Amino acid sequence: MKYSVQIVGVGGQGVLLASMVLGTAAMRAGYKVRMSEVHGMAQRGGSVLSTLRFGDDVVSPLEATGGADLIMGFEPMETVRSMKLGSRDTAVLMNLDPVYPGNVAAGFDTYPGIDVLLNEIKSRNDHVVTVEATEIALKAGKAVAANAVMIGAVAAMKGFPLGRDLLKEVLLETVPPKSTDLNSKAFDMGYEAVSKHD
Amino acid sequence: MADLLSESGKQLLLGNEAITRGLFEAGVRFASTYPGTPSSEVGNLLEEYSERAGMYFEFSSNEKTAVEVAAAAASSGVRSFAFMKHVGLNVAADPLMTLAYSGVRAGMVIMSADDPSAHSSQNEQDNRYYSTLALIPMVEPSDPQEAKDFLREAYAISEKLGLPLLYRTTTRVNHARADVVLGSIMTDTPLKGHFEKDDRHFVNIPAFAVHNRVRLLERMKQAAELSEASPLNRIEGEGDIGVITSGVSYCYVKECVSGVSILKLGFTNPLPEKKIADFIRGRKAVVVVEELEPFLEDQVLRICAQNGISVHVYGKRDGTLPREWEFSPDTMQRLKDIVTVYPAPVPMKGTELTLPGRPPSLCAGCPHRGIYAATKRAVGKTPVVYCSDIGCYTLGVQPPFGTADFIICMGGGAGAAGGFAQATDQKAIAFIGDSTFFHAGVQPLTSALFNRHNIVMVILDNRTTAMTGHQPNPGTGRHFGGIDTDSVDIESVVKGIGVGFVRTVDPYDVLSCVKVMREAIEYDGVAVVISKCPCPLLLKKERTLAKKVCYVDQDKCVRCYTCLRTIACPALIKKDERVEVDPSQCIGCGMCANVCPKKSIEVRQ
Repeated sequence: MKYSVQIVGVGGQGVLLASMVLGTAAMRAGYKVRMSEVHGMAQRGGSVLSTLRFGDDVVSPLEATGGADLIMGFEPMETVRSMKLGSRDTAVLMNLDPVYPGNVAAGFDTYPGIDVLLNEIKSRNDHVVTVEATEIALKAGKAVAANAVMIGAVAAMKGFPLGRDLLKEVLLETVPPKSTDLNSKAFDMGYEAVSKHD
Repeated sequence: MADLLSESGKQLLLGNEAITRGLFEAGVRFASTYPGTPSSEVGNLLEEYSERAGMYFEFSSNEKTAVEVAAAAASSGVRSFAFMKHVGLNVAADPLMTLAYSGVRAGMVIMSADDPSAHSSQNEQDNRYYSTLALIPMVEPSDPQEAKDFLREAYAISEKLGLPLLYRTTTRVNHARADVVLGSIMTDTPLKGHFEKDDRHFVNIPAFAVHNRVRLLERMKQAAELSEASPLNRIEGEGDIGVITSGVSYCYVKECVSGVSILKLGFTNPLPEKKIADFIRGRKAVVVVEELEPFLEDQVLRICAQNGISVHVYGKRDGTLPREWEFSPDTMQRLKDIVTVYPAPVPMKGTELTLPGRPPSLCAGCPHRGIYAATKRAVGKTPVVYCSDIGCYTLGVQPPFGTADFIICMGGGAGAAGGFAQATDQKAIAFIGDSTFFHAGVQPLTSALFNRHNIVMVILDNRTTAMTGHQPNPGTGRHFGGIDTDSVDIESVVKGIGVGFVRTVDPYDVLSCVKVMREAIEYDGVAVVISKCPCPLLLKKERTLAKKVCYVDQDKCVRCYTCLRTIACPALIKKDERVEVDPSQCIGCGMCANVCPKKSIEVRQ
């Protein structure tokens, strides 16, 4: 067994935290784990990519282009930008709530319509699951819990090899104790949102 | 989260966490660095752990000093570790070359973290050549487990030979994460040594140096024997075709290529020449898989020639593999006509939409925005060359600032400014960070005074080494590992060396900065402006950032967009025609309020 996840998003969205949670859960499930992270300059609001590979025998910290079993897209435009990381068989979990780049926020550039972005992926892949992570996180209590929503959502993805209880357990160990309730709730709401999808 | 002092077990560790643990398992008692990505996290971790681990650790003012202090420790019998990014070793090359002549008495390892594909660097130099240039042994790990385990072996090699050892990693080792099995922590190495004087070895006057070179060459012969027998150089698998590889490239071969015999090299200078010759002899073909330069390949070709082996060597010299970019599983597809490679997946077709870019940018409330905006306004139409340096402020290259025209290396902007001032009629303005000033900025400033260069140096003093993850520097003082020191005052340093024009400004007060910058530009001689304001990211980390937020009074705002065009803060959002503030990003620094001609923005507590 080999499984690879490409987690894409924007610096500050919790991509690194999510990859740590998934990676730790994979290790605890008895798999070998190989990950690759972007540190340094790329964290200054730029696009961020984190690669996670686990299984009985994984060696490489990077995945082949197109080789992802799952793309976990924290941001719609970044998900579209990174489509080539997956193939038509790749499962795609896509957060539909955007983070506007500086140039867009300042009015010098325009962000594409969410439906346009979604269509870009859906025209190439039949396994797209969408979630409004920031929206759900706000309902759970705070926008910062969007990454917990995404981790809950990924647990409900068809074929995802790591269990819901294990992921939640690791998530709650990783976040600060005072935000346990918020993250627990956000995780469950993310899970439910995707379960309903099927 | 990682616990790097736990007794045993398995943890999911970043390469740099594994390396830090490896130092504890190798009984290292003295470590030094100047921060540089991809090696930076090791410094932050040692800042946190060194005292508990029974180790002395320091951020030196530059890599040269880091190697010198570590050399003294190892010469006194204390195991030491100096670490840096690849370009840092250029700065430390001077002591390194002669340190090999002197030799060391306890193990000394110098880590060079190289950066193929320049994820956070200005070049992609292949530092393996430093091992052959300096005549020192080299070890290259492939993944986090090896990055930890090989350190123990590296110290044993260094001590057997009495030579410093180059430990060469790359971004995909330092910033890879993997399940790592911990070993035991070594506790029986000495914390303090004693320097036994020995002029013939430690004083490299010409009369002694020539003999030390003879001794060094002898030691490298011994090193070759160690390399032949080393478990770090091993053969795996069987096949007519032999693959020779090292570093992270091994992982891609192992994952993607089948049916070959692999010579996996971990002790890569000197190479095990006999082992290589024996491995190659009788093979149908040989493939050398390594990132960047044909370091192994050229030596393999020589070994073939010297041993009368006639076999085709696939690699970079025949164009099979590239010299540009880092490798990945994709790169292995270039070998599919030679060996069995797992079939490449068929990726989704990329989008044809033109998506807005998302380059990294200066943070909301970053003080560099204020001094850049002020400088631009003060310069107006005066022809200038903006010399910049290494730090977050290189991001000034982007619009609307465009305040970086020339960047080569640490302190390089300050040096080049003097050259532009002499060789052109353009005004030379050099931006340099506080940490970079202490690293390599004082010397070019002294030189500019000495030679009467007409330059402006703007020191962006954000009270930290920001880009690499907020390490302390001489300007902040040190407060860890049981040592507290006062900060070295930049203004006193600048005045002390005799600069005639010195002003300290608050970059959040953009309009006042414009006046000072105008004076500085008009000044005949060397002018220094110190833009002093702490990095807001640091304040956020320390939880000392005052809670303030900017607010736009839409009745007063005339939609001139001066704020957007000059400060371009990510917290300023244009919604239809209105300018609004994103309270989730705004830190209430008030730069936008300061430049607003209608005073329509106010800072609220």
